[in-house]
Amino acid sequence: MAIDTAALADGARPVLREIPHTVSPGLWTLAWRRLRADKVAMVALAIVVAFIVMMILSGLGLIAADWQREVGVNYAPPSFVGPDEAATPVTQAVTPQAAAPAGPAYQSKVVDPIGDVIASLKAGKVPGGPLPPETTEEKSVDPLADVMSEIRADKSVEAKAEHRVRLATLPLGGDKWGRDVLKKTIKGSETSIFVGIASAVLATFIGTLLGALAGYYGGKVDDFLNWFYSVFSSMPPLLLILAVAAVLQHKGIVTIVLILGLTGWTGVFRLLRAEYLKHKAREYVQAADAIGASNARRMFIHIFPNASHVVLVQLSILVVGFIKAEVILSFLGFGVPVDVVSWGSMLNEAQNELILGKWWQLVAAGTAMAVLVTAFSIFTDSLRDALDPRLKGRTGA
Amino acid sequence: MGDIQSGGNRSADTMTGDPLVRVRNLQVSFRLDRHTSFEAVKGISFDIPQNTTVALVGESGSGKSVTSLAMLGLLPPENSIIARTSEIVYGGSNLVTMPIGELRKLRGADISMIFQEPMTSLNPVFSVGWQLEEVLRLHMGMKGRAARQRAIALLGEVGIPEPERRIDAYPSQLSGGQQQRVMIAMAIACEPKLLIADEPTTALDVTIQKQILDLISDLQKRRQMSVLFITHDLAVVGEIADHVIVMRNGEIREQGPAKAIFEAPQDAYTKALLQCRPRLDRRPMRLPVIDDFIKGTGPQHTEERPRGIRAGDPIVLEVKNLGKSFWSREGLFGKREFKAVKDVSFRLPKGKTLGLVGESGSGKTTVGLTLMRLHEATAGEAIFEGHDLLSMPAKEFMHYKRRIQIIFQNPYASLNPRFTIGQILVEPMHIHGIGANAQQRTDMAFELLARVGLPEVSFYKYPHEFSGGQRQRIAIARCLTMKPDILICDESVSALDVSVQAQVLNLLQDLQDEFGMSYIFISHDLAVVKYISDQVMVMSEGEIVEIADSDDIYRNPKMPYTQRLLASIPKGWHGQAAPAR
Repeated sequence: MAIDTAALADGARPVLREIPHTVSPGLWTLAWRRLRADKVAMVALAIVVAFIVMMILSGLGLIAADWQREVGVNYAPPSFVGPDEAATPVTQAVTPQAAAPAGPAYQSKVVDPIGDVIASLKAGKVPGGPLPPETTEEKSVDPLADVMSEIRADKSVEAKAEHRVRLATLPLGGDKWGRDVLKKTIKGSETSIFVGIASAVLATFIGTLLGALAGYYGGKVDDFLNWFYSVFSSMPPLLLILAVAAVLQHKGIVTIVLILGLTGWTGVFRLLRAEYLKHKAREYVQAADAIGASNARRMFIHIFPNASHVVLVQLSILVVGFIKAEVILSFLGFGVPVDVVSWGSMLNEAQNELILGKWWQLVAAGTAMAVLVTAFSIFTDSLRDALDPRLKGRTGA
Repeated sequence: MGDIQSGGNRSADTMTGDPLVRVRNLQVSFRLDRHTSFEAVKGISFDIPQNTTVALVGESGSGKSVTSLAMLGLLPPENSIIARTSEIVYGGSNLVTMPIGELRKLRGADISMIFQEPMTSLNPVFSVGWQLEEVLRLHMGMKGRAARQRAIALLGEVGIPEPERRIDAYPSQLSGGQQQRVMIAMAIACEPKLLIADEPTTALDVTIQKQILDLISDLQKRRQMSVLFITHDLAVVGEIADHVIVMRNGEIREQGPAKAIFEAPQDAYTKALLQCRPRLDRRPMRLPVIDDFIKGTGPQHTEERPRGIRAGDPIVLEVKNLGKSFWSREGLFGKREFKAVKDVSFRLPKGKTLGLVGESGSGKTTVGLTLMRLHEATAGEAIFEGHDLLSMPAKEFMHYKRRIQIIFQNPYASLNPRFTIGQILVEPMHIHGIGANAQQRTDMAFELLARVGLPEVSFYKYPHEFSGGQRQRIAIARCLTMKPDILICDESVSALDVSVQAQVLNLLQDLQDEFGMSYIFISHDLAVVKYISDQVMVMSEGEIVEIADSDDIYRNPKMPYTQRLLASIPKGWHGQAAPAR
């Protein structure tokens, strides 16, 4: 907004003389007006905002905080499909740990991998009753029997078995462990959108800074940065991502943000370099030089606001790209760790489920991503149109 | 061919017979957004007779170009509306209602057009011969050898030297004047009945302008065609037009034979246009501005202003042997030197104006930018208060930076579009620590706005809300914030309309009288330089050709180059060119 440049230009200068005036619309205001007249863009923006609100609410733990709770039967079908006829009984014993919303380390790493074993044990052998005693046949057949017995011992000591009703259907179905796919999708948006936005901001920042330096100074600085850019852009991006992922052993959201941010700045760099090359020769920049503005002032206070629409559009394009990239990374197993859900990891799980005909996790994660990415892309296009400087002056006085 | 049109009988026999084009009640409006539209042409009527040159004169926003585009059906269909009642009758049919296919057949064949910018109107990837032959192929059905022969003949006709060789040249290998000649050759290739020339000489140097004007009027005679000549400059029109139409804000203010318009203008606006432009033979204290005529008060302060420098004038800036070279890379390691400014020396007296004239590429702008250190000089020195500005370290130069300021040519490009006028004016004071606090700086900005004649509300507005002349005032106010000793005006009024030009020149003169600033006034417009300068320096190819008091140089030019330059100035109507006193 106009206020930003005002603050930049003269450090929060107060309006010292009050004369009657109407606030002149700055270029951002004009762009916003044009954007608001565009109905499609507004719908797209509403969808994007809804997703972001959802992500924030989930991040604050207000919704979908208990996504790990196994509320339904295994592979509970979506409500609109109806319960599975061949399904197992609906009442099962659930241990308090499993029911607890938190404690992911224990639960996911130790319990979950064999969750279905337990579930089938519980389901098949003693519906509604306490856990059965260990049998000798079981030990000889089941390689996991030892672990099982430990768990059983644990539970028998400290936990009293709790009975709860497992639902036969869930709004958007359940996954392998009966977790609610709707909640998983919501929780997954947190990871996907956060990764998308954070890495896009990082990439745009790097690209803008280097592009500004290269375009503004030219000469040796430009040569070096161009060489650097060429090295980066000469490698296939996915390969580069995988290479960085392999080097950064630690898995986590921060790692993905770094990977995407450090590899994705090249497009922004190229565009911003061109913008700066163009603007530094403009007369208003020469005029700024003539009045004694320093290099940094010319670069960031004079030129940057004039190139900022390019930055904004690039940022928006990158968010879309990085949401998709995160999904691909997680799908390939280079993404988020197993105790975190993202749309990519949901798709990864869905891969195996699909063979069993359990399609709903795939559809949920896929639809969520498709809707967000489409809305964001449409919004980006309209944003670019609204910011197009060719329309400048048409609405001017 | 310079004096073909100088005969006195040129407009005598042209108004008879059926007109070639009859425009009746032409109304064009543009949709701005869903609810508002802007009426660019408000129901005008005029004729273009056979075998004449009609000049359509008006300032920016007068609707003159819109009129010509409407005649060719070239207005953007998505946001332009031509009223149903409008008629543009050519050869018995109405061009407004004609289907686009038929109109396309007329375009280029019967009616053709040349544009302002020859550089952007030619396709850079095809040779000029190819582009000429394409026109012949499309409209005349000529092919191969015949087309090539015809193209060579056409290039010869428009005065391109060695047409057999030049036909294979690419546009970038030709000069601006030659490119415009090629455009004219393409326009006349199909023997049009009507040639529309939209500001065909505005982008060209004065000597080239003269040649192109001569060529157009010569072709008009020889081909027996009509020319619709669109321009903002009445002086240009005086030499070639038979019939003049003056437009303002989408309306025709006055039309008639050139003689009547120039010798006995009826409309106040026409009078103003004729008077506002500085003339070579007179130098009033203040130039008349349009308001003087619209309000009917007549020109004020018409007494002559004395110009010239005396030996005892104190010198503020002394430039010695200034040189500036640019190097272009050649091959892997080679560099080629291009000397833009060679060995330029001059002295600038306090409170006086040095005019710097030359054609494009003469190095006049480079001199200005080098003195500001916007380009680093490669040789020479510029002594200001006993210090050499060019060799001092950049840090030390910061103290002097505010003392020398520059106003650029293009008022649309020299103000940062993202800053309000307040920010633009306060910034230099902030950088140089002028004024004790923000309050004082703001007060000073308001004072300066009033001084350059802008309302106080401007402080809160953005540059795009102002017209060209107003923006140039803002640029001037920005320089004044630093109270400079020297102001370099780099083509500062060249992009402005004639009436606005007069206002800005008056403002510059008032400010010089008030603050005693020295000006270096760079321009290709000899009349303007003559008006504002005490001393004139003529440059060509980076060198000083001649330097003398402005009255001397215009009355009595010594060097052949200066003489040629002065001879090329459009004289306006012949009756006017003679001294009025």
